[in-house]
Amino acid sequence: MTFTRKLTGAAMATGLSLFAALPAWAQEEAPKVDSGDTAWMMTSTVLVLAMILPGLALFYGGLTRAKNMLSTMTQIGAVAALAMLVWVTWGYTMAFGEGGGAFVGGFGKLFMAGVTADSVSGTLPELVFASFQMTFAAITVALVLGGTVERMKFAAVMVFALVWLTLVYFPIAHMVWASGGLFFEMGALDYAGGTVVHINAGVSALVAAIMLGKRRGYPSEPMPPHSVTLTFVGTGLLWVGWFGFNAGSALAANGGASLAMINTFVATAAAGLAWMITERALGHKGSALGFCSGIIAGLVAVTPAAGNVGVFGAVVLGAVASIICVFAVTKLKPALGYDDSLDAFGIHGVGGIVGAIGTGILNAPMFGGPGDGSVTIGAQTLIQVEAVLTTIVLSTIGTIIAVSIAKAATGLRVSTEVEQEGLDLGEHGERAYN
Amino acid sequence: MKLIMAIIKPFKLDEVREALAGLGVAGMTVSEVKGFGRQRGQTEIYRGAEYTTNMVPKIKVEIVCDDALASRVVEGIQQAANSGAIGDGKIFVLDVGQAVRIRTGETGETAL
Repeated sequence: MTFTRKLTGAAMATGLSLFAALPAWAQEEAPKVDSGDTAWMMTSTVLVLAMILPGLALFYGGLTRAKNMLSTMTQIGAVAALAMLVWVTWGYTMAFGEGGGAFVGGFGKLFMAGVTADSVSGTLPELVFASFQMTFAAITVALVLGGTVERMKFAAVMVFALVWLTLVYFPIAHMVWASGGLFFEMGALDYAGGTVVHINAGVSALVAAIMLGKRRGYPSEPMPPHSVTLTFVGTGLLWVGWFGFNAGSALAANGGASLAMINTFVATAAAGLAWMITERALGHKGSALGFCSGIIAGLVAVTPAAGNVGVFGAVVLGAVASIICVFAVTKLKPALGYDDSLDAFGIHGVGGIVGAIGTGILNAPMFGGPGDGSVTIGAQTLIQVEAVLTTIVLSTIGTIIAVSIAKAATGLRVSTEVEQEGLDLGEHGERAYN
Repeated sequence: MKLIMAIIKPFKLDEVREALAGLGVAGMTVSEVKGFGRQRGQTEIYRGAEYTTNMVPKIKVEIVCDDALASRVVEGIQQAANSGAIGDGKIFVLDVGQAVRIRTGETGETAL
């Protein structure tokens, strides 16, 4: 089989041309499943599921008003479930099917054709690899909803998710992670999906939020989070689950995974505290929501960097990303006036961009990174910027199409009455709290 | 009989209850309420969005007692709930026309 797996660190990234030059039979000759790697990857896969349900559902749900709690959680669960079904139907083959080009994979694995319990990918059963990647598709489309909750119809969310996964997610996943993919061949460093998952979801959330329009009453009417407590619980689950996301992206239980693991601790810790310190510096109190927001900003920023920077590189990256995200959500959003309800762009988009570019700098050995110095900092950073810009363009175009189709099919927004009464009752016939 | 209705700071409830128990008050009804008076509301900030809340959380305590006890109850609440700050609350005293114990049908002060 062709070499199809995530970048597992700088050494591999810089040795890309070498791998690309390997004849196909070199991979096929001894396809051997490693039980340790497989056990870790099965664990990582369910850790990423826990990031979505209940992690992201609680994180986002707590940030909405009480009347939209169930709607937010249900939208997240439903698009994640849809993504899983689409993944085994045409998603996996679009991302990782053999014989694809720069933008999309081959279609030989439609309906998982030919992928059996005996298929091997690297040192893993291919079905484990496919399951792991499936959870990434599921969480990314769920993240986008942070920009659109509290006003988008449930039906519109489902149509949007279907089109968006197909037009945006699968191609970008292919470009980053599959051999022959555009970013993969460029040598872009993206350990666990900073471009595919976070920049992609953040930018798409912004575009969708602008197309959808503001929530009624925003920003004059108060819309405080209905439960920072639940958001805090969700934050904790996201952090725990993120070890599957980042350290799992080594696709093995190895040294690369260990670097990703410690970086996922320390970048996040630095970011959580940096957000609170920034709040103090701006003359406010250090807040619980600020801490949670910083934690997520740090996790997002360290995603592309996880196995690509040193421990203190990760600390700096987390802190810097957190401070920039504070300004994105507290200054940039009000200044530009868009209603990205839960700051999916302000944290995932902005934090992802800082992380992607920062990875290019901090990968260098002079900053303690695992890079071998064969690519200069400037050159690597330029590659990172190109990957970021390409992602932004593709996400924007794909989201405009997906939202337009959802609008034509469903009308997109709930009625004024439903929005005022809350989407829980209006869209689902339930109340979160009785 | 008098109905004594006091609006107090939530953290003062235990002190008020203890003070009244010492006076021999047989029972009270407590509710969580919100309102405003001279005390200004608080400002809450979520990711930079500032919200000023006008309503401050308070506890409402209601006691019915005989006329002889009423002034001592008022005094007890006034002392126990006093922190010296704006927002300590208010006490209202109303006349009560009748009281009935539902289980026995007793009326008047014997029902208290």
